[in-house]
Amino acid sequence: MVKKIKNLKEFSLSNDRFEGANLMCPGCSHNIIVREVLNATNDPVIVATATGCLEVCTAVYPKTSWDVSWIHIGFENAAVAAATVSAAYEVMKRKGKLPPATQKMVDEGREPKIVAFAGDGGTYDIGFQSLSGAFERGHNFMYVCLDNEVYANTGGQRSSSTPIGASTTTSPAGKVSYGEKMMKKSMVEIMADHGAPYVAQVSPSKWKDLVKKVQKGFEVNGPVYINAQSACTTEWKHAPEDTIEVSDLGVDSCVWPLYEIINERDEHGIIYNTKLNITYRPKNKIPVEEYLAAQPRFRHLFKPENRHIIDLWQKAVDTKWEYLQKREEAGV
Amino acid sequence: MAKKYELNELEVWDGNMAAAQALRQADVDVLAAYPITPSTPIVQNYSKFLADGYVDGDFIMVESEHSAMSGCVAASAAGVRAATATSSQGFALMVEVLYQASGMRLPIVLTVVNRALAAPLNVNGDHSDMYLGRDSGWIQLCSYNPQEAYDLTLMAFKIGEDLNVRLPVMVHQDGFICSHTAQNVYPLQDEEAAKFIGEFKPVNTMLDVANPVTHGVQTEEDWHFEHKARQHNDLMNSFSTIKKVFDEFKDLTGREYDFVYKYKMDDADVAIFALGTTVESARIAADQMREQGIKAGVISLRVFRPFPFNEVAEALKDVKAVATLDRSAPGGTFGALYNEVSAALLAHGKNPVMLNYIYGLGGRDTTIDMLKEVYKELDECAKAGEAKYPLQQFLGLRGPKLAFY
Ligand SMILES: Cc1ncc(C[n+]2csc(CCOP(=O)(O)OP(=O)(O)O)c2C)c(N)n1
Ligand code: SF4
Ligand SMILES: [Mg+2]
Repeated sequence: MVKKIKNLKEFSLSNDRFEGANLMCPGCSHNIIVREVLNATNDPVIVATATGCLEVCTAVYPKTSWDVSWIHIGFENAAVAAATVSAAYEVMKRKGKLPPATQKMVDEGREPKIVAFAGDGGTYDIGFQSLSGAFERGHNFMYVCLDNEVYANTGGQRSSSTPIGASTTTSPAGKVSYGEKMMKKSMVEIMADHGAPYVAQVSPSKWKDLVKKVQKGFEVNGPVYINAQSACTTEWKHAPEDTIEVSDLGVDSCVWPLYEIINERDEHGIIYNTKLNITYRPKNKIPVEEYLAAQPRFRHLFKPENRHIIDLWQKAVDTKWEYLQKREEAGV
Repeated sequence: MAKKYELNELEVWDGNMAAAQALRQADVDVLAAYPITPSTPIVQNYSKFLADGYVDGDFIMVESEHSAMSGCVAASAAGVRAATATSSQGFALMVEVLYQASGMRLPIVLTVVNRALAAPLNVNGDHSDMYLGRDSGWIQLCSYNPQEAYDLTLMAFKIGEDLNVRLPVMVHQDGFICSHTAQNVYPLQDEEAAKFIGEFKPVNTMLDVANPVTHGVQTEEDWHFEHKARQHNDLMNSFSTIKKVFDEFKDLTGREYDFVYKYKMDDADVAIFALGTTVESARIAADQMREQGIKAGVISLRVFRPFPFNEVAEALKDVKAVATLDRSAPGGTFGALYNEVSAALLAHGKNPVMLNYIYGLGGRDTTIDMLKEVYKELDECAKAGEAKYPLQQFLGLRGPKLAFY
């Protein structure tokens, strides 16, 4: 059942199934994203979470921040956890053995939504195999990557999502280094190429766009991948109150383009049509430099000897933006 | 509803078929698995049952054993019956999640077909994988033949799911010698088996949306110790449930199981302590030694974890010399059986001669003649009242003799 959302005030107050007073840093985007995803529906939600900031800050015995059923197993298995909860749900539904309250919801057309949350480390790196397997098998669940482009929980080591030039604790900028050497993986396209029926990139600062995509994802049958920009005050080193501003800079510079890829497919995974939609087009596309300048993790790039990396950045962002526009125009 | 599988009173099954049939009869809701020799046929047999309509639950061919065990954990936390099968490298890949399964108190059943661990890569049976699991907090049951693999797999569900236990259970059988050797098995009919195991009793199910539950929390120095201690306590106390289930099974089938398996131990002067299929060879060796006037016996564990400390000591109390046979490279010490059996005897004030034989690694054949040699060495020690041989030897190893202590 799709929830109607009128305005931000109502949205921010509704259906609080995730306690904000948890151990995450003030200004952490993970918090905002999780609240937005859970608040996108009034249907029951069941959550699996990978090891990472979200997990260690929200389920420290004897407390829990979760007023939905929740499971954490390990760092690399959130996808298979959510996928198998989904499988278990389908079996019990088929056997007519769901708990009565759940059966009642199902009868009212309010099936539980099964969602996995994992960081970029748990997604792009160590959890990639489990994610790929679960998507290939076609389980009905949503996977949300909280992408802060770093292993935040363990003190800011690089991941394969860390972008070029970022200084992390294992790719530090130094006298002879400008930091991370490689551009990040194109996770959205990789997941779309798994044939997932719905894949989207979102930012918590554009909450309406995020909620719309999550709602679309909930309506789809099959695995859904959402790549969420998650500005991290601790590792991106911006002030906690600037989280939304930094996020907006990412979106308006097209460093973090908002778009979706829809694979029209049948239950066997055969795809009949693929479509890419850009869902937000900045009125003024601002220079990447402004995005980088707002985050001390890129501070060293502004030294004369590293300036060429900023140029590289701009080129990479322009190329990707053009690519997205071409795909959208061509309807593929 | 799954179709009823017509079974004869007597079937000829190998260990893999026996385990697969028990999993089918347990009406597992989610079986998530990944193939590996020699346990692969368990998964293949199960797939065929599914394809023919004999299975009601879901069978998920995941992309690794890590995901197989993770899937079992999630399904079990979701409140359904979950099981899987593996061997060797697959078992090693699961290890992280084995600890998560037991720490989260989820009654998963894992049928393990024992095989050596690489390197060097080897597909044959030994107990390296079984030993790797011994600190993981699971109950570990040992079978020596297909009948026992079948029986213990059925019982594993009933033991692990008991509300006083709520722990995962492994059922071990030896790669190839048990898993691929067809033998007589007397199965239960489907209804009897289902009735014996009983319906799955969900606890804190994630699928109950009216009662949200948090599974898999963080505990640091403030609570972790208490949690692990409670878990250990319940594992130690699971003996009473295991006994209850063994007794119920005996009432139903006449087949008797005990924590410790004993063969001609009542008057034994010398004993071989071994696990798995070697027990059957040792029985023949013991009989032949008795014809030569040596009072030989065989002792084994049916329950490897929890370790039946007192029962082991009791069974060996009048024995003069014991050989513990460990089928896993001990990595710089004595075999685990040697250490554990010695501790049990010492604690009970017993001090027989204790020898440790490492044997059968990577599927090396262990013949009756070799076992008779062990008995002869034990006999010499028993008569002398002291160790006449090095404490640790290698049985059936080619090349120069290797021995320690
Ligand atoms: C198998 C395993 N390897 C390593 C770790 C250590 N570890 C825990 S969380 C984490 C980083 C998490 O990074 P990410 O997934 O990006 O989440 P974030 O904390 O940034 O939200 C690491 C390396 C672990 N818990 N398990
Ligand atoms: S380190 Fe970053 S991701 Fe982790 S809680 Fe703090 S702000 Fe959030
Ligand atoms: Mg991260």
